[in-house]
Amino acid sequence: MIEHILGKLDLSAIPFDEPPAMIAGGGMVVGAIAVVILITYLRKWKWLWTEWLTSVDHKKIGIMYILVALVMLLRGFADAMLMRAQQAVSVGSAHGFLPPSHYDQIFTAHGVIMIFFMAMPIMVGLMNIVVPLQIGARDVAFPFLNSVSFWLFVVGVILVMLSLIVGEFGRTGWLAYPPLSETQFSPGVGVDYYLWSLQISGIGTLLTGVNFFVTIIKMRCPGMTLMRMPIFTWTALCTNILIIIAFPILTVTLGMLALDRYLDFHFFSNSFGGNQMLYVNLIWAWGHPEVYILVLPAFGIFSEVVSTYCQKRLFGYTTMVYATACITILSFIVWLHHFFTMGAGANVNAFFGIATMVISIPTGVKIFNWLFTMYRGRVHFTAPMYWTLGFIVTFSIGGMTGVLLAVPGADFLLHNSLFLIAHFHNVIIGGVVFGYIAGITYWFPKATGIKLNEALGKASFWCWLVGFYFAFIPLYILGFMGATRRLSHYDAATGWHPYFVIALVGALIIFAGIGFMVLQIGTSILWRKKNMDTTGDPWNGRTLEWDTASPPPFYNFAHIPHVHSVEPHWDHKQALLNAEKHPARVESKRAYEPIHMPKNTGVGVMIGIFGFFLGFALIWDIWWLVIASGLAIFASVAYRSFDYDIDYYVTVEEIEKIENEISNRKRA
Amino acid sequence: MKFRFKLCVIFSLCTVLLLTGCSAIVLNPKGIVGQKENQLIIDAILLMLIVVVPVIFMTFVFAWKYRASNKKAEYAPKWHHSNAIEVFVWGIPIMIILVLATITWRTTHELDPYKPLHVPGVEPINVQVIALDWKWLFIYPEQNIASVNMVEFPVNVPVHFVLTSGDTPMNAFHIPQLGTQIYAMAGMTTHLHLIADEAGDYFGRAVNINGQGFSGMQFVARAASMSEFNAWVEKVKKNSVSLDINTFKQLSKPSENNPVTTYSSVADHLFDNLVMSFMMPGMDLDGSHNHNTASASKPE
Amino acid sequence: MSTQENVISAQAGIHPHAHHGHHHDHDAEATDKVVFGFWIYIMSDCILFASIFGAFAVLHNNTFGGPDAKELFSMPYVLVETFLLLTSSFTYGLAMLGTYRGAKNQVLFWLGITFLLGLGFICMEVNEFHKLILEGNGPQRSAFLSSFFTLVGTHGLHVTCGLIWMVLLMLQVGKHGIGAVTTRKLACLSLFWHFLDIVWIFVFTVVYLMGAI
Repeated sequence: MIEHILGKLDLSAIPFDEPPAMIAGGGMVVGAIAVVILITYLRKWKWLWTEWLTSVDHKKIGIMYILVALVMLLRGFADAMLMRAQQAVSVGSAHGFLPPSHYDQIFTAHGVIMIFFMAMPIMVGLMNIVVPLQIGARDVAFPFLNSVSFWLFVVGVILVMLSLIVGEFGRTGWLAYPPLSETQFSPGVGVDYYLWSLQISGIGTLLTGVNFFVTIIKMRCPGMTLMRMPIFTWTALCTNILIIIAFPILTVTLGMLALDRYLDFHFFSNSFGGNQMLYVNLIWAWGHPEVYILVLPAFGIFSEVVSTYCQKRLFGYTTMVYATACITILSFIVWLHHFFTMGAGANVNAFFGIATMVISIPTGVKIFNWLFTMYRGRVHFTAPMYWTLGFIVTFSIGGMTGVLLAVPGADFLLHNSLFLIAHFHNVIIGGVVFGYIAGITYWFPKATGIKLNEALGKASFWCWLVGFYFAFIPLYILGFMGATRRLSHYDAATGWHPYFVIALVGALIIFAGIGFMVLQIGTSILWRKKNMDTTGDPWNGRTLEWDTASPPPFYNFAHIPHVHSVEPHWDHKQALLNAEKHPARVESKRAYEPIHMPKNTGVGVMIGIFGFFLGFALIWDIWWLVIASGLAIFASVAYRSFDYDIDYYVTVEEIEKIENEISNRKRA
Repeated sequence: MKFRFKLCVIFSLCTVLLLTGCSAIVLNPKGIVGQKENQLIIDAILLMLIVVVPVIFMTFVFAWKYRASNKKAEYAPKWHHSNAIEVFVWGIPIMIILVLATITWRTTHELDPYKPLHVPGVEPINVQVIALDWKWLFIYPEQNIASVNMVEFPVNVPVHFVLTSGDTPMNAFHIPQLGTQIYAMAGMTTHLHLIADEAGDYFGRAVNINGQGFSGMQFVARAASMSEFNAWVEKVKKNSVSLDINTFKQLSKPSENNPVTTYSSVADHLFDNLVMSFMMPGMDLDGSHNHNTASASKPE
Repeated sequence: MSTQENVISAQAGIHPHAHHGHHHDHDAEATDKVVFGFWIYIMSDCILFASIFGAFAVLHNNTFGGPDAKELFSMPYVLVETFLLLTSSFTYGLAMLGTYRGAKNQVLFWLGITFLLGLGFICMEVNEFHKLILEGNGPQRSAFLSSFFTLVGTHGLHVTCGLIWMVLLMLQVGKHGIGAVTTRKLACLSLFWHFLDIVWIFVFTVVYLMGAI
């Protein structure tokens, strides 16, 4: 009877024998309870529900994405510290504090969390906050869908976090290659947690891709032709194209693995005609574009940051657009470079190797364009500019090692080694993470009205930069020494030990960098009175998002702007300067008109809650709950479908009130 | 300007020295495959430094020269296009990639792991490799012996590895100092040709995550003189244990950190039958068919 | 370039339309967005099917000693299935003609017919699956059968979702009549339904027709 009610779930699911997991999980539970108590004490539940959880405002959804992602950064980094610590002590006769069964879960969770639940949501969050503002729109194309996407992402996060204390996570590496991930070799629930957390949040990502693609194509303000879009919006557009094409492949691949595991299908099994190489091809057909999904928006951020803080128009806008488009297309014909050593012929390997190198051409062009934007500019050394400079240097090195790995002859030697690990951390930390932090710092005042503390931001930058080199240069060297990735133990005779110790020191320095980041965000919010941005344009910006208040009113723009150039806000300011010289040109005050906006809805949250139960029930084989939560999700969608009262008009009086408040703030 | 130029030269030289120095010491290849791959790595890095070093240099110079406080520097806020620079920033990377692509095409064919290595007057030695949970089994079809976690071969003789896997996760086989690695998968065979030009014990291991015993799944690759190798074969042949089907099945069971073991003889066609057993229902390792296991297995 | 003029100017003056004018603007805009967005979704669904077709192409010979397509499938049966689905696309087209004319009853009638045809298709497919599994040729038999069940099953799942959606829409048309919103929803389902027809033609060709050769 009990197995009908609880499926595979029982007390043994809680890993009492794994102290690190229990401590981390316990901390997590205590933290969650503390937050709940705090919200109750402050009587903020209603506010939280009406203002945030049920919001369909793209700016609030964006902030929530980034908030959750930063929490996940801490979790993913804790995993990284555990790995570094284990490898620094587990040499020769010492076996460290993590047995392989636990160590393997940690590196799997680290990869999954950092890619899917840290990098992706920060990217989606920034896109949410910035893209509609940059194109002069009042919202995204499908605000409700946006809320659903967010809540599906949260389901993935909760499932991954829950795997810490109920059951286990996968021990297969972040791409879960079969047959290791098949029931035969991974009979526990770890791979199931992996599958359903990715599958559910992946559907959310796909919806986001469609949503923002339509937003950018259909909702640009009058005058904003494609070739007048800010570069960040361009990169967001390309990223969304990549999401739309790549994520269905992930859905199918994970779906097939789930069928293998749950219903004994034979897609990837050793026997019965299964083909494990099919999985490897499919997962990388998604996985390689995924890398560009992450890095293209980072390139966009650097373009905005460089141009703003050099007080100069971006060099080679058109080139930048074409380079981005080239990378988007090329990213689909290079996936095989992830497995040159799987026995493909020399012609095939050479083709994919050369296709991969070709990507470095448009990427190199981008780097030169940023450099020539600084050239003859006025470089202001703000924190985002620090991140950008650090990025250019670090990413150039990472790009170089990447092209090196694209040469099959070199990859034959370096594949699966720590050199590979060093390379992709070099581009992901040096490119993606630096870019996202620059973006968060740059747009923080726009989203919240508060400027982040500069000194702490720079302190964080130096720790990250120095820590990065300390942590990963040793890994490059270890790769050359033949050190394999994912080892929980190695022999003393290898001579690797000192390098692992240096890498641990590097990780500790990065830890300090994260500490400064948390401190920076915390203190800036705490002492916000000092750091207010009342102008709406704290950096003397150039694109439309700086044309409205910080934070923008929920309708973004009281009047939909008309643009006539690539840098409308900058040109507008120039025109005003000229107008002061020629007073006749001063604009007359324009009358407002009602604004059409979507209503908030709790259906997204409901779908999220039922989605969580669905995922949890699937993981633990609780079939009645699978059926019940599946029906509940269907009912939620149907309920929404029957609701025709989903939008309203903001009255002119309300707009006037809000706009007056904004101009009062500006004057004060 | 002169000073800066010198600085640039010194900086690039240091980088180059550091890289070549490091690689030469730590890679320490012991065979032609590994040596060519090392040379390829160094060549490719040097080629790319042509663009990477100036980029890093320009980053510092531009950032410093055009700092906001330096009012003497030229300021052209509307300047955003130059055909000359466009030609330069597209042209240089394209040239470098063209050269690198040529090198890539040539070396990919030259270093193709499936391509036999030719040493005049020397016959290559064949070794069949089976990845098991979590140990490596090496079968010498010509010598009719086998060993676990230890593979010995004569120095300066090409070794032709044919690889597959038992009923285990995906594996990969690598002896870093000899060069190329290759995946080993159940029901499939892959090939790898390596050679050692210096006698010695080289470290080899599994390099694709395959579960609990992954870290301990390593072996010794011993390159010995021809006479030493022959003596080793003779010694193994005198060993009382032979690798028959049952011993192999016993060996196939998961075990960690296995010691080196040798077998004086090997069941006929064990390697081929193992590969075939994943493709044909009910085929046993001795080549016979057992139809009872042919029906679809049911989930637990 | 000249920055003498104001480069940002909002629409000057009060909008000439009255309040309900906005509604029409908004409806047209929303229809444009939703239909375009749904097209994009269908494109991504195309990729989803393409991936499964790819897997089928790789695995279709891996029968592991079990039966292959030639032994398993009956062409006349599949032809009837195909006929049902193709006809349902035609009847959905008739429903759409009714939609544009605003003829509510005609829409409901043809949607009903379409639903029955679609349901017939699904029942035949379930029956085929049931038979195969009873004969011991379920998806667990071989990689070929795994990929066959997944490909055809995924299409069937899509059709089932389309059928449920159709019921919901029939209820909404009954309640709200043919308005801007219902027309938009019917247009989206129309895209979906025809798309599934096209996918089925590929399934029919690749799985059944090429399998029979």
